Amino acid sequence: MNLRGNMKNKERTQLVRVSMPEQAAHERNKNFTEVNSGLTEEQARKEARRCLDCVNPTCITGCPVNINIPKFIKMIEEGDILESARILKETNTLPAVCGRVCPQEVQCEEACFYTTKLKKAPVAIGHLERFVADYEQNSGQMSVPEITSRNGVKVASIGSGPAGLAFAGDMIKMGYDVTVFEALHEIGGVLKYGIPEFRLPNRIVDMEIDILKKMGVKFEKNFIVGATASIEDLKKEGFKAFMVGSGAGLPNFMHIPGENYIGIYSSNEYLTRVNLMNAADPAYDTPVISGKKVAVIGGGNTAMDAVRISKRLGAERSMIIYRRSIEEMPARNEEIKHAKEEGIEFMNLHNPLEYYADENGRVCKMKVQKMKLGEPDASGRRRPIPIEGSEFTMEVDTVVVSVGVSPNPLIPQSMKELDVSKWGTIKVDPDTMHSSVEGVFAGGDIVRGGATVILAMGDGRKAAESMNNYLSSVLDELTN
Amino acid sequence: MNKIIEKEYFSDAVVKLVLEAPAIAKSKKAGHFVIVKSGEKGERIPLTIAGSDLEKGTITLIIQKVGVTSTKLCDLEVGDEITDVVGPLGKPTHIKKVGTVLASGGGVGVAPLLPIVEAFKEAGNRVITVLAARTKELIILEEQIHQHSDEVIIMTDDGSYGKKGLVTHGLEEVIEREKVDFAVTVGPAIMMKYVALLTEKYGIPTEASLNTLMVDGTGMCGACRVTVGGKTKFVCVDGPEFDAHQVDFDEMMLRLESYKPSEAEAYESFLNSNLKS
Repeated sequence: MNLRGNMKNKERTQLVRVSMPEQAAHERNKNFTEVNSGLTEEQARKEARRCLDCVNPTCITGCPVNINIPKFIKMIEEGDILESARILKETNTLPAVCGRVCPQEVQCEEACFYTTKLKKAPVAIGHLERFVADYEQNSGQMSVPEITSRNGVKVASIGSGPAGLAFAGDMIKMGYDVTVFEALHEIGGVLKYGIPEFRLPNRIVDMEIDILKKMGVKFEKNFIVGATASIEDLKKEGFKAFMVGSGAGLPNFMHIPGENYIGIYSSNEYLTRVNLMNAADPAYDTPVISGKKVAVIGGGNTAMDAVRISKRLGAERSMIIYRRSIEEMPARNEEIKHAKEEGIEFMNLHNPLEYYADENGRVCKMKVQKMKLGEPDASGRRRPIPIEGSEFTMEVDTVVVSVGVSPNPLIPQSMKELDVSKWGTIKVDPDTMHSSVEGVFAGGDIVRGGATVILAMGDGRKAAESMNNYLSSVLDELTN
Repeated sequence: MNKIIEKEYFSDAVVKLVLEAPAIAKSKKAGHFVIVKSGEKGERIPLTIAGSDLEKGTITLIIQKVGVTSTKLCDLEVGDEITDVVGPLGKPTHIKKVGTVLASGGGVGVAPLLPIVEAFKEAGNRVITVLAARTKELIILEEQIHQHSDEVIIMTDDGSYGKKGLVTHGLEEVIEREKVDFAVTVGPAIMMKYVALLTEKYGIPTEASLNTLMVDGTGMCGACRVTVGGKTKFVCVDGPEFDAHQVDFDEMMLRLESYKPSEAEAYESFLNSNLKS
């Protein structure tokens, strides 16, 4: 379908980018309902008209999973939203997830013709992706990608986060017999325990997982590969190859005095209690401490999630404490903007030095030091330098430390022959995602150390493709 | 789902459950633990594996009623299913032949101690075990411990069984009598702290199996962090056993109290709702 002639490019480029409807800040900071409410069909079709359907679509090169972006957008303009969804799902296993949590502003939308050449706001690719995925989920007519033939070859994903799910989606389409092993009692990994309901509702994740189940992917919960059974055990059960997507593991701490007092959490723990275990709901047994004066240490997306949760749990002051300025914060601009609107205080250029506790061991105060920016460091960001004599103490009753994670140690510990970096990440060939152990591939945070949902998904897809190549040659050898 | 196939009351507050978990039964070693979650709204808690039967594909857990979650587990009956059981987790006990091993267990800590005692005995060590509890009813697994120990000393706070006194009295009696090469201790944090102080005084290398709070149990959340030798360690993946002389037990005890106020409140309302129903 060619819609280029329907409207002149000049008219298309004069349309103004749609803005995402959202819950009012003073209301949403008291509930866990999604902040963004999604485009209406009218808004989506109007926005779709802005896309110029470029002959050389640069947006696709900006997408880690190579979605055919103009094709799905033009199908929205056409009005065939279900067909648009089918196109999205050719390359993206989790469109409803990606439409919500991908940093499009540094990927497809950054590579959009509007951004690069017209110096205008890019087509709202992320909003449109979400619209299509939601439309399909709400239509009750979810398409299940067809599987042409099954080869019966057993492969496994270790971990059911974004890398594992993307891998499973591609492998099942290629006809493999896919099992996804998950350590927790819920499928979805970081999508479930990490990203809060107000950014990504769990039911959205579950609907995407349901499609994978319908396609034939098997899920084994409460199963830790390397503990419940080893890779060797699974090989004996007939598994021919593995994709390790076991994710980020151990939370980093700053190792400053008082960091183990009651009321000081890692962001992983705080988020897991609230997101996975529903600690904020009294009907659930898991507790969480969340007080009136909450300090979240760090400047990434996880820190933003944690601080916004603390507000929703009733904090009077929810503060971000970050040692660099706001420009250097790794969090997405949208998250910073949303946080500010919700009344989060930003204490940039501040760094914690020590925590103090009351007579019960509960944190009650912290000492912070002011910082200034020096020369750029290895990361290209200006290095924070402490200002001598600027220390002061402030009252806090809950602290969430969100200063990064180290890779999950379980798989490397259980496979001594696996080559790992000094940081504990699994070393892979970047073109094939193949690790040092034959038949074992890896992707996502266990390789990258800490990245995004979509990069993990890109790894999962790449691992699927090269595992297919690898198995095709191995199986050829066996049959010849 | 893991079906309960056997249940036994050791006392009003201590229950033994044998449940189906064939993969865990096959992979588990002494010192390992599992994370258990019962019901959709349940909490994840760590429980050390007290035993397993490879043929039947079962594991044994010994649970003491202390709060909502443990009481719910203790209230399950034969035929009921536990929603989620995952493991085996943690590093297994480093079993070696050292000579004489002095083991000590307090309260339900005797349950995880049993497979450790068994393994040290099997490795050819002389094993002396001191079991301690407040009172006679709380001494558990005495017979099984006897089977795998060269000598068993029972200590009760009130003198209702064995000798009257604390676990450390029993330990010191042995240490003063004969050469001890290695000590291992499992029990309440306060008990392990004093055991560690005692064996440190006598220069006996000692391992303690720590029972901290956990959420995921797989090295993700950091709830179980403890300070060992001045460094932060995660009990779920670095432990659960550590050099007892390096563990900061005071900090560990403090962190174990994290949810005491809310737990007490939840427990009371749980008991009240149970009375009404």
